Amino acid sequence: MDKLITVSPSPHVYGDDTVKKLMYGVVYALLPALLISVYFFGIGALIVTTISIVSCVAFEYLIQKYLMKSEPSISDGSALVTGLLLAFNLPTNLPWWIIVIGALVAIGVGKMTFGGLGNNPFNPALVGRVFLFISFPVQMTSWPEPIVSRLQYTDAVTGATPLAVVKEGLSAGVPMSRLLEQIPGYMELFIGYLPGCTGEISALALLAGGLYMLTRKIITWHIPASIFLSVFIFTGILWLINPYDNADPLFHLLSGGLVLGAVYMATDYVTSPMTPKGMWIFGIGIGVITVAIRIYGAYPEGVSFAILIMNAFVPLINKYVKPKRFGEEVKNG
Amino acid sequence: MIQTFPRGGIHPPEDKFSAGSPIKVLPLPKTVNIPLSQHIGAPSEPLVKKGDKVKTGQWIAKCKSFVSANVHSSVTGTVTKVDKLMDSSGYKRMAISISTEEDQWEEGIDTSDTLNRNIVATADEIIQKTLDAGIVGLGGATFPSHIKLSVPKGKTADVLIINGAECEPCLTSDHRLMLEKGEELMVGIQLIMKKLNVKKALIGIEKNKPDAINHLSSLAKGFGGTEVRPLKVKYPQGGEKQLIKALINREVPSGGLPVDVGTVVHNVGTAYAIYEAVQKNKPLIERVVTVTGKDLQTPSNFMVRIGTPVSELIEAAGGLPEDTGKIINGGPMMGKALINTDIPVTKGTSGILLIPSAEAKRKPVVNCIRCTKCISVCPMGLEPYLLQQASEYKKWDIVEEERALDCMECGSCSYICPSGRPLLDYIRLGKSTVSKIIRSRKQ
Repeated sequence: MDKLITVSPSPHVYGDDTVKKLMYGVVYALLPALLISVYFFGIGALIVTTISIVSCVAFEYLIQKYLMKSEPSISDGSALVTGLLLAFNLPTNLPWWIIVIGALVAIGVGKMTFGGLGNNPFNPALVGRVFLFISFPVQMTSWPEPIVSRLQYTDAVTGATPLAVVKEGLSAGVPMSRLLEQIPGYMELFIGYLPGCTGEISALALLAGGLYMLTRKIITWHIPASIFLSVFIFTGILWLINPYDNADPLFHLLSGGLVLGAVYMATDYVTSPMTPKGMWIFGIGIGVITVAIRIYGAYPEGVSFAILIMNAFVPLINKYVKPKRFGEEVKNG
Repeated sequence: MIQTFPRGGIHPPEDKFSAGSPIKVLPLPKTVNIPLSQHIGAPSEPLVKKGDKVKTGQWIAKCKSFVSANVHSSVTGTVTKVDKLMDSSGYKRMAISISTEEDQWEEGIDTSDTLNRNIVATADEIIQKTLDAGIVGLGGATFPSHIKLSVPKGKTADVLIINGAECEPCLTSDHRLMLEKGEELMVGIQLIMKKLNVKKALIGIEKNKPDAINHLSSLAKGFGGTEVRPLKVKYPQGGEKQLIKALINREVPSGGLPVDVGTVVHNVGTAYAIYEAVQKNKPLIERVVTVTGKDLQTPSNFMVRIGTPVSELIEAAGGLPEDTGKIINGGPMMGKALINTDIPVTKGTSGILLIPSAEAKRKPVVNCIRCTKCISVCPMGLEPYLLQQASEYKKWDIVEEERALDCMECGSCSYICPSGRPLLDYIRLGKSTVSKIIRSRKQ
């Protein structure tokens, strides 16, 4: 033998999955929702998404290259996913400089301060969104009306989200039956014909992407299912007790950022638990906190906060919730 | 009904290129190097010295302790040296080198192909002949078989499991053996059943070998108490604990043995070797070895004398492809990469796999993204990512608490990891360190 051969421990074959493939899988899954958003919100959706993606990727590159002095890894697609998800959580009439600030906070504070991909305890896109939400409450809570504002950006005609309408109405003492007349019907909620953030409006498109991620085994069903189920049960109980002052569970499932949060944000690998049992705890926590904020809190929507709060519990969940070991139940002898 | 184990597992490409190639007898090599550590346990002790003439099948090294195995000459010729030589482990260990002159078998060995179905040996004779013949687990673990033929005091076994899963990709040696030596194999199973005093034997075969399933199923009708069970194609179906779980739904306790749940598992190759030892008086001096690879001219299955250099097998299968990047003793999931082709075939060599250089290198390692894939594929319910981290940072107490010792090194975690992380490498480090710590604690 006159040629060198490789000698390494087993295994000697590897699966096809790479981080890049998984990240791009998430991007593909988000495309239908982006298309629907462009259909309803027009150029605003395109501008916000482009600025968010470009700034997230650029900040990751600059921070890795000049601050961390390491090889930039933007080609793995994780900054692209963060940029896309951040955009999906912003109104389509948000001024460009606010988006850039959001991207800097998401990538710089949310991700890179902890050491980059894999080390951040909180979902970076949500860190960016919540930072903007608290810093720019006015701009972050005005949503363009669908279709009519297709050709407008920051000057778009705005309206309230169904969740805001319900929240304000109920606190003013208006019964739920009257409020239902002021908000879009279930079909419109399902397809996405309503004011809202860039990517959160269409449950249909988001669920289709979720199905794609499930079949490609990019995510498992545990987190979305546990969030949907706990929101459904919690709001269902309240609705059964008092249907006059509470929205029905289907409304809660289809409105706001619940589908986006449950399928794409809470399932973020890095910031969610490692075992199916842990995922159930995590998902139920998110569902319960979301409903608590929506119904008892100051804000009409609480998915982002709920996910961030449960992100903080993930290390604890991972420490105490273990997979069922083989041969554990039967002890020796 | 198709059975399988419930937790974890992967499905790598099967790549059984040599499944259709009948077993061919490899011509005698010019020299053989027969290692004295071909099994788990103490190395055997040489009974011959340089210059001695030996016959094929002659006893040349004896079993030194309870966990050890006898070794026999695989050719007729002259002992040229008894010295340290590199074997498939990569270490230099004692081996007996013999230059081949002819093939004259030791007296009393039946070398004919005639089937001998007539079992006259008593239980004690069966175990004695297995010990004498130097039989070890031929599935790859190479644990001395005579130990697994006796049920410890206070334990009982009610069912024998025969492992014909061959879940490793690429390998076909067990497959061909089941097809071509089916009757001998069935007699071997009867012998083991007689020794263990069990009335039932289950043969587990993955359903990607339908011909073997059909063949053995029809043979099983003529042998009482044996039954063939098709298994789902899922790696590591042939892992002892996974196979038991799949077939009889019993879970071997952590740190325990199959006999703790009333069963004993033997590989099909081992059952065949026991047939040869008991019915034909033939020691373990040859075995079926698959030689395969994507670029290899004729992927084959050979009947090979123990001690034959790997290079001779590769030559017989069409020669080493130009672009070979890795040579593996065993399958792609659990096999060991060889340093050169002079290394001899041993009792545990089920295959030689040649991997093209493009596939020989690992994926680049990037950060763990905590995707949980390693946990979902671990058949033992462990958390490979955590064991890897704990080993890397030398947190041996965590490695122990998180049950690294339950790991059987199947490699599913490293296979699936999208970040290309060296999970199993670090788990191995953790296992060996924790074992040392536990041993020192006992002293």
